Amino acid sequence: MIVAIAIVRAKDLFAAAMLFAIYSLLSAALFAVLDAGDVALTEAAVGAGISTILVLAVLAMARRQERPKKGHNLLALAVVVVTGAALIYATLDMPEFGAPDNPPQVHVGPYYVEQSYPDMGVPNMVAAVLASYRSIDTLGEGFVILVAGLAVYALLATPPRRRKKRRDHGQEESS
Amino acid sequence: MIDNDILRIVARFLIPLIMLFGLYIQFHGEYSPGGGFQAGVVFAAGWILFALIYGLDAALRVVPERAMYILMVAGVMLYCAVGVAGVMLGGHFLDFYPLLPGEHAAQQFGIITVEFGIGVTVATVVMLFFTLFARRKSQWEAAEVEDDQP
Repeated sequence: MIVAIAIVRAKDLFAAAMLFAIYSLLSAALFAVLDAGDVALTEAAVGAGISTILVLAVLAMARRQERPKKGHNLLALAVVVVTGAALIYATLDMPEFGAPDNPPQVHVGPYYVEQSYPDMGVPNMVAAVLASYRSIDTLGEGFVILVAGLAVYALLATPPRRRKKRRDHGQEESS
Repeated sequence: MIDNDILRIVARFLIPLIMLFGLYIQFHGEYSPGGGFQAGVVFAAGWILFALIYGLDAALRVVPERAMYILMVAGVMLYCAVGVAGVMLGGHFLDFYPLLPGEHAAQQFGIITVEFGIGVTVATVVMLFFTLFARRKSQWEAAEVEDDQP
């Protein structure tokens, strides 16, 4: 929470990127504390590692300081306050954390917990659910990654055009 | 950054360990936390560290860009191939049971294969991201695109 506020306050984009990495690492630690090893590993590798590197690679091309903004956006503040209040109101309806009769604990969860080892002899339940029970979902995720790669390729593979001349033209027009 | 001795020696020590750890969470993912996504990212992180230390050109000699395009499609195709193989052998799409005699062996074979496909795709896509972003800067300089602000 403190880190999140610091990210918003930071004007230096480099510092903001580093704070994001710290934020991801803290969430990874939180997942590890909650015994969700797979999620913790993903968050540490993707959130704290790769995204930070990619953000830094972009920062090498952009300016380091945020553009200063004048005044306050009251509409945005109102939207954020209303949404936040609605979300907090919604949490009042949530069942107690970790209660045994919560929906996640009584739906398909028990079947996976009890049957995944007899079904396939794989000790890591997460891998069993991801790759076998929910195989088509994971295939979809694979395609999402592939499409993301293709999209970045489509955007960045062509060499940039010379933009200098056009800007001179714009300055002439404005003067 | 190859001139900096500390960076070079630490990286030379770390890169094999990172890649080994990537392979470990790839192929040990059924027994401990891990799987294709994490393994691919960790493996790519090792490659990116190599690229940061030794330069992008040296890293592209290790994994050429063309290999990235081929492998990132090949990973997803491997996943689909496992699914279609299940249909061919008389099951449903992505049904692992017909693949091998013995239910556990079939499931484990299927899981390891599809996770390997995912790992290959994720690793090469992340490498491709880094390559394209890192090359953009030098392309800008070559095309004399100026920064909008001083």
